[in-house]
Amino acid sequence: MSAPVTQMKAPTRLEYLVHAGATTTTFLHSILKGQLVGRRCPVCHKVYIPPRGACPTCAVLCTDEVPVSNSGTVTTFSIVRIPFEGQRLTPPYACAHIVLDGADVPLLHIVGGCSVDEVRVGMRVEAVWLEIPQPTLATVTWFKPNGEPDRAVNDRGEVVP
Amino acid sequence: MRSISIAGIAQLPSKLAEHHMDAAELVQAVTALALADAGIERKQIGFVCSGSSDYIMGQPFSFVMALDGVGAWPPIRESHVEMDGAWALYEAWVRLQHGDIDTALVYSFGKSSVGNVDDALGMQLDPYYVAPLGVSPMALAALQARALLDARFANERDFAQAVMRARLAGARNPNIPTPTATTVDALLAAPWVASPLRAHDAAVRTDGAAAIVLRAGGPGPKITGFAHRIEPHALGVRDLTTSPSARRAADDAGASRIDVAEIHTPYASQETILRNALGLNDRMLVNPSGGTLVAETPMVAGLLRVVEATRAIRDGAHRALAHATSGPCLQHNLVCVLEST
Ligand SMILES: [Zn+2]
Repeated sequence: MSAPVTQMKAPTRLEYLVHAGATTTTFLHSILKGQLVGRRCPVCHKVYIPPRGACPTCAVLCTDEVPVSNSGTVTTFSIVRIPFEGQRLTPPYACAHIVLDGADVPLLHIVGGCSVDEVRVGMRVEAVWLEIPQPTLATVTWFKPNGEPDRAVNDRGEVVP
Repeated sequence: MRSISIAGIAQLPSKLAEHHMDAAELVQAVTALALADAGIERKQIGFVCSGSSDYIMGQPFSFVMALDGVGAWPPIRESHVEMDGAWALYEAWVRLQHGDIDTALVYSFGKSSVGNVDDALGMQLDPYYVAPLGVSPMALAALQARALLDARFANERDFAQAVMRARLAGARNPNIPTPTATTVDALLAAPWVASPLRAHDAAVRTDGAAAIVLRAGGPGPKITGFAHRIEPHALGVRDLTTSPSARRAADDAGASRIDVAEIHTPYASQETILRNALGLNDRMLVNPSGGTLVAETPMVAGLLRVVEATRAIRDGAHRALAHATSGPCLQHNLVCVLEST
């Protein structure tokens, strides 16, 4: 009996040149200028960052650009403890939802510049920027503690004003 | 069958490259136009269904990102097909047959400019026997065209004439890139790309979006029949000179007494096959929009045929047929028959 065929190689490669679209393009331009700029929905007035082409609640274009603060509040987090291919940081590190002051939805990013054991809900953090900005959100290396007193976060993940 | 009408239609102009708008922006724009055309508000919509392909858009879950454009929070009843939007329209029509909801919004979007559509379409071929050969969709269509010539069902001049008709009609279509004027003899003088097909025998690929609002009852063209049929995956077991699936779909959709037909032909050679299978003749107006040979947006082209058929009825036709196809060599065919009310 002949040996069983256990594998067949059929490599596939598809290449794309994807355009960011109007909204993401203006966001990447703001990153190059060292600013975090979201967009406000003209109907429900929520400020989205990163900005979205359309408000998912109201289905209208978010046309107004709104600068938001470099500082924000951690509303939830997870400590990444395992290594994987393509990882930018060495574990353990914290990824977190951070509601920036002036924004209504959290930004997913990294909390660094402190021990992972210090990361907590309500913690105040601020963006740490690379010296030479690139058109990517990774131009903000991570968010580090800014020393301000913690804010209260309710069980819906909203920062209590 | 519950009577379903086309309450609203919309398309964004088909462009060779749409670099400015992302998927959510395309969807927001085209669905807003369709809802305005129908005079229906978003919150009145009972079901949303879309057709698109991540392989075409080059982004994982592009259809989920695009949902921002229809307002999917708080949650809505929503579905998606990784297919042309014509099949999303079919799903919405079936959904409305359940009887508990009365309106549906259907849309599709696609960009041919971001990647190589032929390479992406190669992904749907048999993974063991065909895909590893790296055969292009054009080569498969050429195999079909050769079978047509060998059976004496068509000649190369027929292919060129189909391209000429498409370009002449397309010159009057404000929503597509202006086709280049030509003559049949000039077309026939062009070199073969995959004999017997020439570059111009393949559809001009574009970027774009289309949307339709369906409503149970009410004004607007009525869907009197809707069906789709598919043929075997293995090309070798099919008779490529004919399309039994298109014929069955047309029969099941009750495609008779048609005034205007909008048919989806990725290649000029396929028009002969579809005219035969769908029972089209010279008394009917075929592809008044120019059809897909002058503008084919992947995942949108089929839904756009229904949009164009609706336009034909609004312009005075009594019964119109819209056809969509998918897969190599017209593998899967859909027919939607509309009637004026
Ligand atoms: Zn909103």
